[in-house]
Amino acid sequence: MKIHEYQGKEILRKFGVATPRGVPCFSVDEAVKAAEQLGGKIWVVKAQIHAGGRGKGGGVKLAKSLDEVRAHATAILGMQLKTHQTGPEGQKVRRLLIEDGADIQKEYYVAALTDRATQKVAIMASSEGGMDIEEVAHSTPEKIIKVFVDPLVGLTDAQAQELADGIGVPAASQAQAIDTFKKLYTCYMETDASLAEINPLILEGNGNIKALDAKFNFDANALYRQQEIVAYRDLDEEDADEIEASKFDLAYISLDGNIGCLVNGAGLAMATMDTIKLFGAEPANFLDVGGGATTEKVTEAFKIMLKNTKVKGILVNIFGGIMKCDTIANGVVTAARETHLAVPLVVRMKGTNEDLGKQILAESGLPIITADTMAEAATKIVAAVK
Amino acid sequence: MSILINKDTKIITQGITGKTGQFHTEKCIEYANGKNCFVAGVNPKKAGESIFDVPIFASVKEAKAQTGATVSVIYVPPAGAADAIWEACEADLDLAICITEGIPVRDMLVVRNKMKQKEAKGGKKTLLLGPNCPGLITPDEVKIGIMPGHIHRKGRIGVVSRSGTLTYEAVAQLTEIGLGQSSAVGIGGDPINGLKHIDIMQAFNDDPDTDAVIMIGEIGGPDEADAARWCKENMKKPIVGFIAGVTAPAGKRMGHAGALISGGADTADAKLAIMEECGFKVTRNPSEMAKLLKAML
Repeated sequence: MKIHEYQGKEILRKFGVATPRGVPCFSVDEAVKAAEQLGGKIWVVKAQIHAGGRGKGGGVKLAKSLDEVRAHATAILGMQLKTHQTGPEGQKVRRLLIEDGADIQKEYYVAALTDRATQKVAIMASSEGGMDIEEVAHSTPEKIIKVFVDPLVGLTDAQAQELADGIGVPAASQAQAIDTFKKLYTCYMETDASLAEINPLILEGNGNIKALDAKFNFDANALYRQQEIVAYRDLDEEDADEIEASKFDLAYISLDGNIGCLVNGAGLAMATMDTIKLFGAEPANFLDVGGGATTEKVTEAFKIMLKNTKVKGILVNIFGGIMKCDTIANGVVTAARETHLAVPLVVRMKGTNEDLGKQILAESGLPIITADTMAEAATKIVAAVK
Repeated sequence: MSILINKDTKIITQGITGKTGQFHTEKCIEYANGKNCFVAGVNPKKAGESIFDVPIFASVKEAKAQTGATVSVIYVPPAGAADAIWEACEADLDLAICITEGIPVRDMLVVRNKMKQKEAKGGKKTLLLGPNCPGLITPDEVKIGIMPGHIHRKGRIGVVSRSGTLTYEAVAQLTEIGLGQSSAVGIGGDPINGLKHIDIMQAFNDDPDTDAVIMIGEIGGPDEADAARWCKENMKKPIVGFIAGVTAPAGKRMGHAGALISGGADTADAKLAIMEECGFKVTRNPSEMAKLLKAML
């Protein structure tokens, strides 16, 4: 689960990491009032969307007067902000963050994430802050310093020192930098984050270290024990169909193609998508109905797939294990009737009660095309939509 | 022979009294030698009772002491599953198989590091399979987990995969083509897990009753590439490889917690390229895994 920058900064402050003062706003008037309250002479008007690359897309502006705050807020609020992470249609800006301007002497990068290979928490830092870290990793990998933290020990003084030295924090600010790294680690662990990134982490003219941005991602498996984090969820930033699917415990992701697919199991669902592509078309979605699919679940899955007007055909691929093919066949027949299915439907069923399932499909009187293998199913659905 | 388990393995079921645990324990007992293999269940509140004629003990340690079991299978719900894994490890079992899906990553990080610390201090090493996996089976001998037993057939091909139903797909193809399986192992779809592709490939390489292997992977993480590099130097048996997720977009979690492209090496194309380079026969068509393998024998 992702959150907004201003929410991330609230979390950081709770763990003692310094950030600029700022106020989240939902209207232009609120933005101007916030700037007045903050005082000072320079403010930053920042679009709050979940995607990165906001500055390059025109979503972050410096204001040197209240009039400029008003002008920037008017321009940014409601705009379709396009970044490399939003896709070509962009993301509508519904929230702003008005912040104190900062006296930036130097920009660093620091992030905490789980390292699968070592099964430890990696703290990654770089002297090249403010840039896309993938870019830095690609062009100047030597400028990225990594330490691996044993969760039974925590980030040690020596490791934090290694990071501060490695990215060249001046002596006078090292104590603050080390303190920041340790607090970031604690914050990462205690909030069940899967990513906690500060880019840039800045050195100010007075030697202070501050988090100028905050990007978080949280482990979906742990949300049940992170109620404060769940409260930060902003449904406007998520795909409406994916939210609808999650209500029925369906894992759904929309894609760009025209073949809808309904599969049990994440690996088999990806393999089905890949097979569709291999035989000349593109999948319209990823959809895992999971192990305990019922008629209701299958019907909802059909409804969600069919909301996508690009869908010209549907492929159902089920490997019956615990879930029996006849149960799914009944679900498919009911769903096809309830949704008045008007696009071609290919069903491939294998495993437990396979013959019974096929019989139910055949006797339904619906124009369902059956197939024995994934390859045959893909060939048939691709031919049917052409 | 087979890998990790056989008809003589004695097994404890942790979470035997829950809905999932009961359902699958019954199926496992019905399969092949299951009746003699599943010797104990654990539930501190129901110690002294029994279910399907399997006695229930208060702890894994006690179950082991009373029955001589060396393996456990875990169906405990997510919030308590990491503690259940640790309990199996503290009881010095040989292998713990965790079926549970949805365990918080932090809990897995902590328990994996505790397990490694115990080993480093000279304690007994307990292998972990999973979490978020279907388990493993040695056909006609014993089935530990949630896979449908009837699609398997005793044979000489090993299967290893991160995905449940994709494992069944490979198994069914092998059965249909008349080859069968020595053992089929699901290592699970989570980012922090126990046994990885490389460990299972090593076991299949050492198993005199395995002639060839189907290795199935998916997007995310370094495991398949690590295994491929090891195989290039060491593997003496033919391998067919498939990676799911060629069409998966970057930055989106594809159902499994670990199936996420966050960098170039995570993609299916990158993994397929390394596997091919390391001597695997790779395919982009998952319907022909068994057919390709048969042609290599």
